[in-house]
Amino acid sequence: MADTIHVECIATQTAVRGLLIGIRTWLRAANLSEENCGTVEIALAEALNNVVEHAYPADLPGGIALDLALTAAGLRCELRDQGAALPGLGPPDTGLPPIDGPRESLPEGGFGWSLIRTLSSRLSYERRDGENRLTLEFNLNPA
Amino acid sequence: MDLATTPYPDMTVITVNAGRIDAAAAIAFKDAMRAAVADGPARVVLDLSHVTFVDSSGLGAIVAAMKHHEAGRRLDLAGLTPDVAKVFRLTRMDTIFTIHRNLDRLIPRATG
Repeated sequence: MADTIHVECIATQTAVRGLLIGIRTWLRAANLSEENCGTVEIALAEALNNVVEHAYPADLPGGIALDLALTAAGLRCELRDQGAALPGLGPPDTGLPPIDGPRESLPEGGFGWSLIRTLSSRLSYERRDGENRLTLEFNLNPA
Repeated sequence: MDLATTPYPDMTVITVNAGRIDAAAAIAFKDAMRAAVADGPARVVLDLSHVTFVDSSGLGAIVAAMKHHEAGRRLDLAGLTPDVAKVFRLTRMDTIFTIHRNLDRLIPRATG
């Protein structure tokens, strides 16, 4: 099988779900372990959901393009969209939201970037020509 | 979202009959949970054994369901599959919920 794949979808929650299911199938076919597949799918889900929720207006979703490339060392995922730039022109690094308060004030969000940072081995972001380009790399332990 | 509610003498098991609690399903899950706990069972165990994937929106929806249900009551989790367990572990939500490895061991067996 090819060791690269290019996929695109419209930035909606339902389309992202379909894209992720397709990527998981591709990763399994490439013989990644289930653990590695989970790591990649969770991180990509958060990155894609961020585009859906924050880059485009909800009533006017644009496109998302994703390129995956498997190498001997791991997996490189490049995500591109033409929506709003990340605030501060970089991925936030604020850690997990605090969970030590009373149960009724537990956070119901704010986990996404922390999951992306924890699960990926390298993360980079570039804003160029009106496009966001987020690259996630994963060192993969052998299946 | 399809939730199956099974009452037992000292707990109610709510089984999620869906493969994913993700951004696309989070609101439907929260609405279905509100309906499922509307009669106020004191102890709920949410059976996630059919759920293979949860993202942070789904996690937030599970936390919201717990907050909505609790206040003197309990909502525990059971049957976390590997990717779901990973999301709970990495966000430290595994320290907030009581997570039962095996639902079968909680359910009283009919005797006699």
